[in-house]
Amino acid sequence: MSLFGPGHGACPGCGFPIAVREALDALDGKVIAVNATGCLEIVSSMYGRNTWGVPYIHSIFENSAAVAAGIEVALKALKRENEAHVVVFAGDGATFDIGIGTLSGMMDRNHNVIYICYDNEAYQNTGNQQSMATPMGAATTTTPVGKNMPGKMGRKKDMVEIAVAHGIPYAASASIAYPKDFNRKVKRASEIKGSKYIQVHCPCVTGWGIDGKLTVEVAKLAVETGLYPLVEYENGKLVRVRKLKKRKSVEEYLKIQRRFRHLFKHPMGKDVLEELQRIADENARKYGLDA
Amino acid sequence: MVKVKLYIGASSPAMTSEMKTGDWGTEWAFVDEEKCIGCGQCVTFCPEPCIELVEKEGRKVAVIDHDYCKGCWMCYTVCPVDAIRMETKEIYKLEVC
Repeated sequence: MSLFGPGHGACPGCGFPIAVREALDALDGKVIAVNATGCLEIVSSMYGRNTWGVPYIHSIFENSAAVAAGIEVALKALKRENEAHVVVFAGDGATFDIGIGTLSGMMDRNHNVIYICYDNEAYQNTGNQQSMATPMGAATTTTPVGKNMPGKMGRKKDMVEIAVAHGIPYAASASIAYPKDFNRKVKRASEIKGSKYIQVHCPCVTGWGIDGKLTVEVAKLAVETGLYPLVEYENGKLVRVRKLKKRKSVEEYLKIQRRFRHLFKHPMGKDVLEELQRIADENARKYGLDA
Repeated sequence: MVKVKLYIGASSPAMTSEMKTGDWGTEWAFVDEEKCIGCGQCVTFCPEPCIELVEKEGRKVAVIDHDYCKGCWMCYTVCPVDAIRMETKEIYKLEVC
């Protein structure tokens, strides 16, 4: 029997069930799952239709990190901390925008918690509203495309760097296109004591406007173009990076998604495309992606 | 003393069987057991998960549970030997006259 699903209500082709299952498998089900509000909570914890095979608690948007910290301290007080890993599953809205305060507090106190952020680059649960994880130029319902604005202005927040800046022992980014890599990262995180932050890129079929069968391909392209570098930090030092044999142009990644289709027609679209390519080049230089 | 039985929800995986998501999509995936090499790629990538590796005639083949298969084509795209095919369900095969 699987520890998560089957029978959850995620869209066909949704990315994050792969990540959740891979994380639960990596920890052998020795998990107390804390889940912030978001898509994952909606699809997996309907009344009487719970799909979690592990102890599970749902918190509100902003306090999943604080709830996890509380559980960790309670386990320590009861001298039962060896029984389970406290794992937070939170979306990018709960991590980047609303919950960053409590997350920062958790990292500051260095609670022994694995924080997994499934990053689908907008508030997809309520219907594609922009978050700070939304990349530049993406059309969402709160950043619609018009005469003066080609989608979201401003770039995606680099949350992994913010986590590293807290001085936590482990921070990494992963992608559902490479589940074995993500599995290894969760296993590595479980061996370390202290706060761990893993950000996993999960495509959203409805918000991004892609076909269900393209999920893995899109996730792979995000990594191969350099827009989503897979990095691993231990004690503030960059220890591992997924090298790319031949970095692709960002247009290959953008043209198959509906949220970016206006960039190829809009008068200001060209500037955004150039800026996105510049961000990819910057990532490549910063992390040494080109092999 | 009255004992109250609480339904806590988590750790009772049996409840997941309440929702059969297999009737969501218009297609189902089928495995060609001759071609299947039992690599487990589809098992890893199935978002449900509704695919299992089962021992058949001394080798492992993927078996899809159509009670839960939503027909997302994910297994079709990741299969390295093209052993999975997608078929439209009988009720969606309409004859236009």
